[in-house]
Amino acid sequence: MKPAGFTYHRPATVDDAVAVLAEVSPAGKVLAGGQSLVPLLNMRLAEPEHVVDINRLSELAYVRADGDAVRVGALARHADVERDAAAYAVLPLLRETLGYVAHPTIRNRGTTVGSIAHADPAGELTAVLALLGGTVTLRRAGGERTVAAADFFTGPMSTCADAGELVTSATFPVPEGRTGAVWTEVARRHGDYAVCGTGVVVTLDDDLRVAGARAAYVSMGPEPVLLDLTDAVAGAPFDDADWPAAGRLAAGRLEPDDDIHATAAYRTRLAEVLTARALRAAAGRPSVVA
Amino acid sequence: MSEAMYEVSLVVNGVPRSATVPARRLLSDFLRHDLELTGTHVGCEHGVCGACTVLVDGRPIRSCLQFAVTVDGAEVTTVEGCTRADGELGHVQQAFRDCHGLQCGFCTPGFVTTITAYLEENPAPTEDEAREAIVGNLCRCTGYQNIVASVLRAAELRAEEVNR
Repeated sequence: MKPAGFTYHRPATVDDAVAVLAEVSPAGKVLAGGQSLVPLLNMRLAEPEHVVDINRLSELAYVRADGDAVRVGALARHADVERDAAAYAVLPLLRETLGYVAHPTIRNRGTTVGSIAHADPAGELTAVLALLGGTVTLRRAGGERTVAAADFFTGPMSTCADAGELVTSATFPVPEGRTGAVWTEVARRHGDYAVCGTGVVVTLDDDLRVAGARAAYVSMGPEPVLLDLTDAVAGAPFDDADWPAAGRLAAGRLEPDDDIHATAAYRTRLAEVLTARALRAAAGRPSVVA
Repeated sequence: MSEAMYEVSLVVNGVPRSATVPARRLLSDFLRHDLELTGTHVGCEHGVCGACTVLVDGRPIRSCLQFAVTVDGAEVTTVEGCTRADGELGHVQQAFRDCHGLQCGFCTPGFVTTITAYLEENPAPTEDEAREAIVGNLCRCTGYQNIVASVLRAAELRAEEVNR
């Protein structure tokens, strides 16, 4: 099918973009990479009166990495983040996770911030942002605010962004201390929506004993689910911790739904296995135990 | 109310082309209807099948998930542009012919553009990498084996061209 008609806006600056959004609010929809929005328009599941195309906002086409965080502008494509050497050096989890996001052809156009703003409960980067305790920056006419991931995601496909606000960047903090991070997921085909996906961060103390273990999940709830699993493995040597116990702890706390792809019970079992597997791998990363 | 129209100018397969279209015109339809380049095929029209894949500024994208007006000014390569300079079959097209990589041919334009861009990044893929390279494109006829073979054959032909 073809999209219904809309009034098209193509601002050249962020200031112009937020002015337009304020003017047309709440009838406006932001178009970045379009890999989620355009299918909805083509199938006429969405028929916004106004589309605000931000593809000319070259000021937002950046990936900035330093020792503390990777900051991604709203026009950076997934492929740009994936290929950024500086971002990979400080936070390899981003590139490793992006490899699971759809296909290269989609990643060439889709934006990382766009998928966060879209807040699909199966969106890997939403969970990574939550896992790392990241933030989202929103601009509106005459102001800006920064919101923690935990407050930003308010349900499936919904966030705390107001209709007149533009998400301009997302910031992924580099975990502090002796930490390792891993993403893993099971999908029916590589690149499809995960049946269950998890990202984990393990922190070790200087004696290489487990000091912290947390995990975030996609496709396991209406928004990214974040769990602290430290209790199951605290104080254990990194190479001899009871990771399956952490998996069981996670499984007991998750409450996924049934859908056509998997039952809730199967999803929970996947989470148990994937959690243990990912935690073990994260704890054993050479950069962590070196 | 008449719909607002936009002039969209692209360089398609090296040739400057333009047309005046509404903002909702998909790039796939812009190429097929407005520029009459019907090599680009439209299958699912929601980004799943990959038949409509074209290169925009060298990168493969789904042309059904992009408005023409958004990519105004870009360089676009379609399957028609994946030939050799003399108009003969390009290395990917030749490989599909050599390896029987197509049957009905509907999905083929999307494979040819995707593989053309892929080999620029990875000129010597393994069989596993070749399979991974085409994971975003659907084919209902071949069972993919001959398409994987075509990727590997295209890499050989490309290497011969480059080394010539």
